[in-house]
Amino acid sequence: MDQDELRALVPRVIAILCRRGADFAAAEDAVQEALLEAVRTWTSQEPEDRKGWLITVAWRKFLDAARSDAARHRREEQVDTDHQVDAEAPVVPDVDDTLHLYFLCAHPRLSAASAAALTLRAVGGLTTRQIAEAYLVPESTMAQRITRAKRTIADVRLDAPGDVATALRVLYLVFNAGYSGEVDLATEAIRLTRQLYVAIDHPEVAGLLALMLLHEARRSTRFRSDGSLVLLADQDRSRWDTALITEGIDKLQRALARDELGEFQTQAAIAALHADARRVEETDWVQIREWYDELIALTDSPVARLNRVVATAEADGGHVALAELANLEPTLPRYKAVSAYLQEKVGDLETAAALYADAARDATSTAERDQLVIRAAALRHPH
Amino acid sequence: MAKYLMLKHYRGAPASVNDVPMDQWKPEEVTAHIQYMNDFAARLRESGEYVDSQALAFDGMWVQFGGEGRPPVTDGPFAETKDLIAGWMLIDVDSQERAIELAGELSAAPGAGGDPLHEWLEVRPLLSGAPNGE
Repeated sequence: MDQDELRALVPRVIAILCRRGADFAAAEDAVQEALLEAVRTWTSQEPEDRKGWLITVAWRKFLDAARSDAARHRREEQVDTDHQVDAEAPVVPDVDDTLHLYFLCAHPRLSAASAAALTLRAVGGLTTRQIAEAYLVPESTMAQRITRAKRTIADVRLDAPGDVATALRVLYLVFNAGYSGEVDLATEAIRLTRQLYVAIDHPEVAGLLALMLLHEARRSTRFRSDGSLVLLADQDRSRWDTALITEGIDKLQRALARDELGEFQTQAAIAALHADARRVEETDWVQIREWYDELIALTDSPVARLNRVVATAEADGGHVALAELANLEPTLPRYKAVSAYLQEKVGDLETAAALYADAARDATSTAERDQLVIRAAALRHPH
Repeated sequence: MAKYLMLKHYRGAPASVNDVPMDQWKPEEVTAHIQYMNDFAARLRESGEYVDSQALAFDGMWVQFGGEGRPPVTDGPFAETKDLIAGWMLIDVDSQERAIELAGELSAAPGAGGDPLHEWLEVRPLLSGAPNGE
């Protein structure tokens, strides 16, 4: 059984249950239970019509849950009656419902973390245990987060118009969450973004998908087997996944042709320029800087301003970049690391070493901290 | 989300405002304190921010490599001057502001006379496994 194929059915089945009268939270629970039953039973006997099987079992789970809840008895009976009619009706195309589900799970009322968890479960079909493992929290904690998220959006109708930008932000958050446990969140985010790309014609969805594919193409070269970080300049470019790069650039170009530039298309354009250089020396830093200008115009992001400084260092040299850096706020994340890099570039190795050591103390990940400490050590103990 | 470790000290932290050793509290004050801590953990479980918490025994020892072929060197129980951690709670929250807010609540646990301890808690963010982006 193909897990991805099975999971891809989840949002559609939830949408069908909702259309038959189940509320979102109950439909989502029922589909989760059906999914678990599928995993248990399909290994020995896989049904021919998998979607039909899931719908039938999920609907039965929903009715069981509804019936066992005596307080809601009357309303459930009504739903059951409605269902008798609906079940006979032909299944209409449900791609729009899936789309609404993306928007619902990324509702602005939810915190980013809750939205990510709910999206992974209701759209991605992951179990609570898998999501908890990926985020390194107890299963009970993740279950609470999902339950609260569902309660928060209980009164939002599934057919309410959604916010593409919010859904994309949540998917990008999932993509960047790293990975642990049996589920790879980056792969999961790409899968869900691909589904969204099929469901909706929007240049920023294409932009985000392109960005993810371009990052994914380089992922295996970003870390050594011991988990330590490899800087972009030092990565083994022969190991970059050219098929993913080609697909990413293709999707990006189509999106750019629409002339509705957005944040993700811009970031993807920068990633594409990196991916395009077969050797680091061939990187088109001037064009990368122009894209950072676009990004700054779009988002006014301080991180983009800092990245622009790095592009300037490569295009015009360290001294010009240092002057540019002086205009930025020193409290920015990674300001010290960039500052250290520029000092190293202009040849002040002592200052650079001190700044690298300082930057290491501010690092938020072990890989980044270790890499910065090693840079400081290398400058202080040259061979 | 980011994970934060809240460390509670027996010793080594600045003195709390309501600084009476626990063994001098009335039994009901101790019970109230424990109840507060349990309720606090229960609320975090309910909000989906709880990761783990453990209390540590008072007695501990320092251990050090003793040299090739020799047993490890131990030093303990702790000399009176050494830092001593009483326990910890690991939380997973949306922001640093939230971590500080929760530590503030935890520090308000009742002590002697039923008044808040106002003890100092050490709050440390955990480093993530992998950096984001490039």
